[in-house]
Amino acid sequence: MKILLKNGRLIDPIGEIDTVTDVLIIDGIIQKISQNLSVTKEDKSIDLTGKIISPGFIDMHVHLREPGFEHKETIESGSRAAASGGFTSVCCMPNTNPVIDDPSVIKWIQQCSLKVDDGIVDVYPIAAITKGREGKELAPMMELAEAGALAFSDDGSPVENAEVMRRALEYASMIDKPIIQHAEELSMAKGGVMNEGYVSTLLGMQPIPSIAEEIMISRDLHISQYTKAQYHAAHISTAGSVELLRSAKKKNLRVSCEVTPHHFSLTDNAVRSFDTNTKMNPPLRSHEDVEAVKEGLRDGTIDVIATDHAPHSFDEKQVEFLYAPFGIVGLETAVGLAITELIHTKILTPKQLIEKFSVNPRNILHLPRINIQEGEPANLTFLDFMQEWIVDINNFQSKSKNSPFHGWKLKGKAIGIINKGKMKLFP
Amino acid sequence: MTQSSKIIGEKGFERTLYRLAHEILERNKGAGNLALVGIKTRGEFLSKRLALIIQEIEHTEMRIGYLDITLYRDDLRDNFNQPVLKGTEIAFDVTGKDIILIDDVLFTGRTVRAALDELVDLGRPSSIQLAVLIDRGHRELPIKADFVGKNLPTSLDQNVKVMMKEIDGQDSVIVIKEE
Amino acid sequence: MPLCNRHLLGLEGMPKDDIQLILDTATTFREVLDRPIKKVPTLQGKTIVNLFFESSTRTRISFELAERRLSADVVNFSADASSVKKGETLKDTARNIEVMKIDMIVMRHTAPGAAVFLSNVTGAIIINAGDGSHEHPTQALLDMYTIREKHGRIEGLNICIVGDISHSRVALSNIFGLKTMGANVAICAPKTLIPCEVEQLGVKVFYNIDEAIRWADILNVLRIQLERQDRAFFPSLREYRQHFAVTRERLDKSKKTLTIMHPGPINRDVELSADVADSEHSVILQQVLNGVAVRMAVLYLLGTRS
Repeated sequence: MKILLKNGRLIDPIGEIDTVTDVLIIDGIIQKISQNLSVTKEDKSIDLTGKIISPGFIDMHVHLREPGFEHKETIESGSRAAASGGFTSVCCMPNTNPVIDDPSVIKWIQQCSLKVDDGIVDVYPIAAITKGREGKELAPMMELAEAGALAFSDDGSPVENAEVMRRALEYASMIDKPIIQHAEELSMAKGGVMNEGYVSTLLGMQPIPSIAEEIMISRDLHISQYTKAQYHAAHISTAGSVELLRSAKKKNLRVSCEVTPHHFSLTDNAVRSFDTNTKMNPPLRSHEDVEAVKEGLRDGTIDVIATDHAPHSFDEKQVEFLYAPFGIVGLETAVGLAITELIHTKILTPKQLIEKFSVNPRNILHLPRINIQEGEPANLTFLDFMQEWIVDINNFQSKSKNSPFHGWKLKGKAIGIINKGKMKLFP
Repeated sequence: MTQSSKIIGEKGFERTLYRLAHEILERNKGAGNLALVGIKTRGEFLSKRLALIIQEIEHTEMRIGYLDITLYRDDLRDNFNQPVLKGTEIAFDVTGKDIILIDDVLFTGRTVRAALDELVDLGRPSSIQLAVLIDRGHRELPIKADFVGKNLPTSLDQNVKVMMKEIDGQDSVIVIKEE
Repeated sequence: MPLCNRHLLGLEGMPKDDIQLILDTATTFREVLDRPIKKVPTLQGKTIVNLFFESSTRTRISFELAERRLSADVVNFSADASSVKKGETLKDTARNIEVMKIDMIVMRHTAPGAAVFLSNVTGAIIINAGDGSHEHPTQALLDMYTIREKHGRIEGLNICIVGDISHSRVALSNIFGLKTMGANVAICAPKTLIPCEVEQLGVKVFYNIDEAIRWADILNVLRIQLERQDRAFFPSLREYRQHFAVTRERLDKSKKTLTIMHPGPINRDVELSADVADSEHSVILQQVLNGVAVRMAVLYLLGTRS
């Protein structure tokens, strides 16, 4: 199958390319990158004038819920949501039932994902650090890595015990896999439902202080430095966390971090509606935190934008704020929010945005680089920075609709992907 | 277009009140066991005027109180403009008294019904008699005034308005017809 | 002029005129409570459900009396006897009640925002009778009514709330309401029982009860919850009593006479000494009586609002 991408702006941060050109893809392989290419009428020609061709996006923090919680999401619905959000790859977190702490679960997820639209979206499992995510005994990391685990995380829960964290980092460094920490000091955060600040005081809600996150990251950075192991802080959300990561990077520690779109788009003020779709962990933070996160994105302290896509069914969220589960879906709004909040506000350049959605997470996970060159497989995401659209949860591919962004007007969107010789367009 | 015609002027207003006071005293053989209770808003001022006249005639202090019948209205469940509660002010025990209930206009009888209910909740009067300045007919309940200043047959598209110096700056009764 | 909102969810953002209207209306009902027959037919035919997910005898009795004195039909639903234990959600519970043609729901719940949530999922008129540590609007309204009754005004008075502010819906609703009415509000508690950035609510903070007493015209003393010492909020009741209890001895050091309030139930000789609670300057029992009148006012204003 021949596909000709006409007149798109090709941005490839690795090859340092930023040029308007045509790209000819035959059977999933980039055959030619040049101007004024043409194909016969039988072949597909896509006009990408004014649009951007980027290396394929990856969301390294997704909860696909399968196995175990198929009423929230499945590998199929989650993969489709990823595709429609512009992602050619996702990493799925291990808080499933059974937990991803056994190679058989990894194999099963891989098999399922290949069946969804011919596997256009690569699904990479992240395995648990500890057995059953209980924070006690290490999971069989070597076996899990051999089966395909790209990284390890007990996400949803922190590894509370410092000794366990030290051993996990040491052990994982042996096979060169990152440890991803959900950073939360539970003795301070337990029972909390929103950020500690003026708004929690106003609402009488039990708060989660920002230091609960920062204390854990701080501890982990010490362990990472001591063990010289690779550490990745998931969904950081506070000004203090950004500062900790900034100084750790100055000391050349092997550390990286991610932020979710909701942590740079919303503040804790949104909780005043008591909308349970503003309840997530880490919670929405203060205006100052949001500004610090944006600065961290700008200056490169924050490497990755990842969604923490956390589907919950309508009924699970239709309860009192206190009892609602944490988390929101993010796959289908991430790119739109990032372009709206970071590109049009000139916080990030298009190249930086692409690095945070594609290049950096792939580096952290030691995935092969996507080279947009003749002879290389086409793994691409198409972006339209100028398209204005209104978020409508009813149009989501995800099984769950728990998004606080319903009705938001965004400017910028992923409009299609190509991977493994398959293409999906969402004009 | 609205048409209005004055039925009672200032002099007539006063004459009517004096006649009502005399009738009340005559029927009750003096003011001894009487208590005046005006229905807010204009009944309150009418009762104050009547009390002054009775005191002038009988040289005795009158018991007087005021009812806000809002809480006893039978149309609270319907859509209506929520009235501000003005409060019932009755400082004496109504039990055993001969109560003269006073209002400006007797129309459907529903206000009087509410006032009767409220009065019996306050105690057990010996009797309750009704005095009104105007009876305009169109009763919806079996209620009849004991003392009437003026019978004024009206049609339903007419509106009777009692004006009093205390709130309206003049004493008069006018009939307004909306067209 | 009816109230702005068809529910009473909290005092945050409630206009001054609305608070004024409720307090003025309560005066009328206060008179009704002195009658031989303490009942008016105003809400005849209206059905009110008291939905209590947290036990609170006094608030429920106060509401129930207010409802019955307005001649409403009253149904009580308490969590113990309910389907809550069978795992039914609040939304389902509310919808099941609503379909039986009820007009108003008075709800006490442990979760902040539960009343707002309920108002979003049912069509009934909602009165918040306390939602976790968020708001307890009728308590604050009756406190304000009592202050106005005693002092003739609210504006310009110095009112200090003493006790566990962090976990108190009474404190929060009082702060919102009193600030709106123009009072000067302070809080006094150990630092561990004061929520973050509370100064942004426009309140003064005291960590010393003697300073608070010197400043205040009125002390509203909150119940100190004994179970709080478990989570290291304060070391012991003994220490709390020694440093934060309102006692005769402390009050005598102040030149002026302070009005003493307490939302109840009192831990005698813990947060408030018995002699102070029973003194002539204590309006604690008036608060209870006024509570019925204020709740009647709220029920009347919401129940007959078109």
